[in-house]
Amino acid sequence: MENYLLEMKDISKIYGNGIVANEIVNFNLKKGEVHALVGENGAGKSTLMKILFGMEAPSSGTITLRGEPVRFSSSKDAIAHGIGMVHQHFMLVESFTAAQNIILGMEPKKGFSVNEEEAVRFTEEISKKYNLEVDAKAVTRTLPVGIKQKIEILKALARGAEILILDEPTAVLTPQETDQLFEELTNLKEQGHTIVFISHKIPEIKKISDRITVMRAGKTVGCRNTADVTEKEISSMIMGCEMDTTITRTPCKKGEVGIAVDKVSYTDKNGVEVLKDFSFSVRQGMVFGIAGVQGNGQVELIDLMTKKRSLKNGDIRLGGASIEKMKIQDIRKTQFGYVPEDRIEQGIAGHESIEENMISNRYSTKEFCNKILLNYKKIAEFAKKNIESYEIRCSGGRHPVGMLSGGNMQKVVVARECSHEPKVLIAEQPTRGVDVGAAHIIHKKIMELRDDGCAVLLVSADLSEVLKLSDVVAVMYEGEIVAFFDQTEGLNEEKLGLFMLGLERHEEEQIRRAVQ
Amino acid sequence: MNAFMRLIFTSDFFYSIFRVTTPLLFASMGAVLSDIAGVPNIALEGMMLIAAFAGMYFSYVFGSAFLGLLCAILFAVAAAGVMAFFTLYYKTNIILGGIAINSLASGGTVFFLYLAAHDKGTSVSLPSKVLPNINIPIIGDIPIIGPVISGHNVLTYVAVIAVIFTWYLLKKTPLGYHLRAVGEKKEAADSVGISVIKTQTIALLLSGLMCGFGGAFMSMGYVSWFSRDMVSGRGWIALAAEAMGMQHPLGTAATSLLFGVADALSNAVATLGWPSDLVKTIPYCATLAGLAIFSVRAYKKSKNV
Repeated sequence: MENYLLEMKDISKIYGNGIVANEIVNFNLKKGEVHALVGENGAGKSTLMKILFGMEAPSSGTITLRGEPVRFSSSKDAIAHGIGMVHQHFMLVESFTAAQNIILGMEPKKGFSVNEEEAVRFTEEISKKYNLEVDAKAVTRTLPVGIKQKIEILKALARGAEILILDEPTAVLTPQETDQLFEELTNLKEQGHTIVFISHKIPEIKKISDRITVMRAGKTVGCRNTADVTEKEISSMIMGCEMDTTITRTPCKKGEVGIAVDKVSYTDKNGVEVLKDFSFSVRQGMVFGIAGVQGNGQVELIDLMTKKRSLKNGDIRLGGASIEKMKIQDIRKTQFGYVPEDRIEQGIAGHESIEENMISNRYSTKEFCNKILLNYKKIAEFAKKNIESYEIRCSGGRHPVGMLSGGNMQKVVVARECSHEPKVLIAEQPTRGVDVGAAHIIHKKIMELRDDGCAVLLVSADLSEVLKLSDVVAVMYEGEIVAFFDQTEGLNEEKLGLFMLGLERHEEEQIRRAVQ
Repeated sequence: MNAFMRLIFTSDFFYSIFRVTTPLLFASMGAVLSDIAGVPNIALEGMMLIAAFAGMYFSYVFGSAFLGLLCAILFAVAAAGVMAFFTLYYKTNIILGGIAINSLASGGTVFFLYLAAHDKGTSVSLPSKVLPNINIPIIGDIPIIGPVISGHNVLTYVAVIAVIFTWYLLKKTPLGYHLRAVGEKKEAADSVGISVIKTQTIALLLSGLMCGFGGAFMSMGYVSWFSRDMVSGRGWIALAAEAMGMQHPLGTAATSLLFGVADALSNAVATLGWPSDLVKTIPYCATLAGLAIFSVRAYKKSKNV
């Protein structure tokens, strides 16, 4: 038998309501490795890690750490045993500085006070030691996601974590930030730390991990050396079958102009010009992809188009009508669909049922409402149809949406926004943090809409997604379109990357072709 | 108008500002301490009333103002403890818990007042004690400023210390860090092993402590007796001050002072023979106006984001 640093043996977790989250799961770690834990949303990865981190108690099974059996009753226990976790949703106090977040709960003291100088010194010291650069005195709220993640990692390391669990750490990062994270992780590995890397992005797993454990439907499918398996094999282990995720693309049949953004400028409240004389148009029957590193004006552009912010300079027309005088409700009454970036905040009402969430964009239409009361029979039928066609895994239409896994939650949002035959669809990061299977279904639906003559605007940080779906691609950099490609053939991520980083720029004439 | 001016620009008027601000300062610090930890304490009013009664009664029983003060604090903290027990450990809604303490205080004090003094209105028949006034040497002799700053009830000076204490606690100490972290993001505190319930309990008890001082001042300093519902909305005004002070101890102290000025003004103007019912509304109008200004500002800010 090999000498494992940690061994979780025959772990089962059955919740009070009878849901089996883990069934006889086996998982082990060797010292100094990066171990990827992969599987679809809802495969039981999170539950297993919650058990390891002491947030949940296993129903049965044993955990052996450094050769000794352990049982954690709280995260505090797990931390004391040298286990640290970086949650997908950061556990940071936004108004605190980086240093204050790192020393929270273990403050250095000077008399009755917290020794701030010592806190800053300590932060700088470990930041240097682990090569994770953060500004100790910066207020967390003002920092980009990548830095917040570093603070989280430092928080765990500061508490003596030797085993570091990272829950989908790349879901919120840009490609550049991801590369940097990988460098940092490799560095930590060399210093003797063991890393559990939860993800469902196969190329990343292939790149960073030494071994892979695949989970499916609450069970472990297998554990392999990363070097011994191909991406395709990993994918089929995750899905349980070979899955074809290619999209067949019919030739683009351009119709009338569906979305027109005309000379839009926007200055935010800090006086920064976020969008500069921004113009493009999308014709019906095509997907217009916008690629770009986050924070280059994408969010503001979408907010202006969906009336979350008010437009002051320029004009935006959706389906031919200017939205200047329209209210959000008026836009909603046109054949318009919008898949927001943040599904939990904007896409769904978590406590409400799938049925109610499915109709929340048109509950007042004749289809579901007789002016006073809602027709629940029709709503249930409608939801049932969508649950089937989008393969939403749930106990039925009454299931609260907040209890679904991320991928299924997103399917509910997409189903709502796409099932009323929109003529205009704005999709903002439609498959972020969504597993391969769900992403494929969502991609297929978007392409179906395009083929039916919908004008689709796709804003995504996932370049492979942009390249896969788009008919034309524009690159956004510092509030401007800096490149426009009227076809995606021969285009690759590296090429786009040069424009995204502002290293190259198309001629004005080529950029102007974004208005079609 | 001249009579008005003569009334305002006197040492007496400025002295009275500090006097009426004292209970507001205590209560608003209680509001800051609890709210910052994510447990809005709307029972400040009730806790102060309980403390006011306990202070009066026990100073009469023991014949000692100091023991009266001690009991006032003890009872207010106990009331906070009851609230913490039900809302944090048994998950009663905190607003309901607050309403319960307020009603209990309002009715309960009258009940015990009747038992003790055979009167449902005031306790003037009971010879209760008053906490001493303090004359500050040297400063007290400075003309104009001296009479304003010196000679206040001991609790007025404690109130100033309470503001500094609150500021120091929240800004500088580990406990303050924990209170702020728990209020802003419980999960973050929990993930590093800080007990959320324990921290919030401490917040409510500290809030009760502040109310204990504030209530004791009402019956053993502001006046020398207890009368029914004598806190008369100061707990609520404190909540308004805390909201306008953006939960910051010093900002909250400043807004409390503003309400104190309004209160002192209504007292002073009453002597001019203006309609007393109208004059008495000044502090409450100031609260309304303050809250309106505050919410408009907050709304504008949220729109700009």
